[in-house]
Amino acid sequence: MTWEHADKTAIVGVGATEYYYRGQSEPRTIYDLIGEAVLKACDDAGISVREIDGFAYYSGASAGYTDKMDTADIMEMLGIPEVRFTAALTSGGGGSAGSIGLASAAIVAGSARYVVTIMALQQAKQRLGTVFAAAAPDPINSFLQPSGLVGPGHLMSVLARRHMHLYGTRREAFGEIAVSTRANAVNRPTAIRREPLTMEQYLEAPMIADPLCRLDFCLETDGAVAVITTSTERARDLRHKPVLVRAAAHGGRREWGRAFAWMGMPDEYFASAGNRPIADRLYADAGLGPADIDVALIYDHFTPMVLMQLEDYGFCARGEGGPFVESGAIRYGSGSIPVNTHGGQLSEAYIIGMTHIREAVEQLRGVAVNQVDGAEVALVTGGPASLPVSGLILRSE
Amino acid sequence: MTVIAQALPGDNISITMDNCTAPFWEAAREHRLEVPKCGACGTFRMPPRPYCPQCQSQEVEWTEISGKGTVYSFALCNRSPFTGEEFHYVPVVMDLDDAPGIRLVSNLVEVEPSAVSIGMRAEVAWNPIRDGWVLPIFRPTAE
Repeated sequence: MTWEHADKTAIVGVGATEYYYRGQSEPRTIYDLIGEAVLKACDDAGISVREIDGFAYYSGASAGYTDKMDTADIMEMLGIPEVRFTAALTSGGGGSAGSIGLASAAIVAGSARYVVTIMALQQAKQRLGTVFAAAAPDPINSFLQPSGLVGPGHLMSVLARRHMHLYGTRREAFGEIAVSTRANAVNRPTAIRREPLTMEQYLEAPMIADPLCRLDFCLETDGAVAVITTSTERARDLRHKPVLVRAAAHGGRREWGRAFAWMGMPDEYFASAGNRPIADRLYADAGLGPADIDVALIYDHFTPMVLMQLEDYGFCARGEGGPFVESGAIRYGSGSIPVNTHGGQLSEAYIIGMTHIREAVEQLRGVAVNQVDGAEVALVTGGPASLPVSGLILRSE
Repeated sequence: MTVIAQALPGDNISITMDNCTAPFWEAAREHRLEVPKCGACGTFRMPPRPYCPQCQSQEVEWTEISGKGTVYSFALCNRSPFTGEEFHYVPVVMDLDDAPGIRLVSNLVEVEPSAVSIGMRAEVAWNPIRDGWVLPIFRPTAE
């Protein structure tokens, strides 16, 4: 049975700053970026910023892991009179897609009417890529950090290695994800990396944490994106065609939750993206399956995790992600499931998952730069990261 | 020139501990690998936490293990995390012969990185770090 609140809420506005290479957004401040994204999202929706009465964050309301977003500060800055709901999903980027579920929960509960989800980051002070090495090791981290696994990509490299070992996955499969994602960014004015990329260039790129090379890692960028969710009923009176929230889920299993601390996961979780339990709930709640998805916006911080999410979300069987992507299946224009038509975090910009929500909205409004013909259903994922991970199915009305 | 995987320089490595984790480090300082085992149901757990995730007991038996194990997965890194200069080290995730169900995240040393493989046998070695503490690392064994 589908979720009782399926299609009852909708995304009505998206706003973003320009995307900057790491550090280039200075001397602007994080709140300057937040304000621009929120005001643009309100303008896109056709509402006044004074109508926002809810905040649904993820990543513990942090702005890029070193700054914090404070609701009262944003209200004071933008003149928002009253807040009726303000909450965050815990942990990190795993909750990006799920934050829209948090916004929907506030709306269907009747707590708030216009709920904004925001992510903003600046990396001049601390690069996310080496965030673990910069942290003082707490007693638990003291069992991980001394190994020199200095950032999320290093942790993912051992998961990728295990997948290669179990299933014969080749580096060329990771390369195809980098190359096809770049091809989607070439014609996008918003993309940081627009020069075409070949498999030869991929295979010659410097290794960072073998089996991962530099081109398996996402970009390090600055910027902000805001998304406004409201009831579908209200959405019908606003500026754009509503993008309906068909289903949203966040969470995950303990076996994956172990991934970022002590690598104790059983094999079926170790060589995975931890999103299978989310996929199962999401498809059940939506009354849809992988064959119904027209475009997939897959959280792409590291290429092997795209491959493993394609398995988790049932686009191919467990272990077959390598041959699946190498067949050209994820290519825009020719593949069976176009993935990251916006150039993703690998080539467009990394705003901790928010660019994927933005692209899903543009696809379902029919205005994307790389528009998928007749796109009616979009999948957006969050993570793979420490729990919660999350997923979101949006559809056009 | 042959490249050999190194231990990360101990002068750059700090650890902290709490009352749950201290016995691990106290034993390592004396070159013994000890891990916590539930005193009620016998389940190993790592890192050391105040409850058994299997039966929720707080009883714990610190158990010395042989330090022999198998490489479960690994990465090959060629830059120092401290200076960014060329430096070859191999983070490993180790399955432990005597403590099924838990793994250690460590380093493999005294080996050519290109020779490392999943399933490789290894045994514990010791890397002195800051403040007189000692970090368990691993080196391949002939077996």
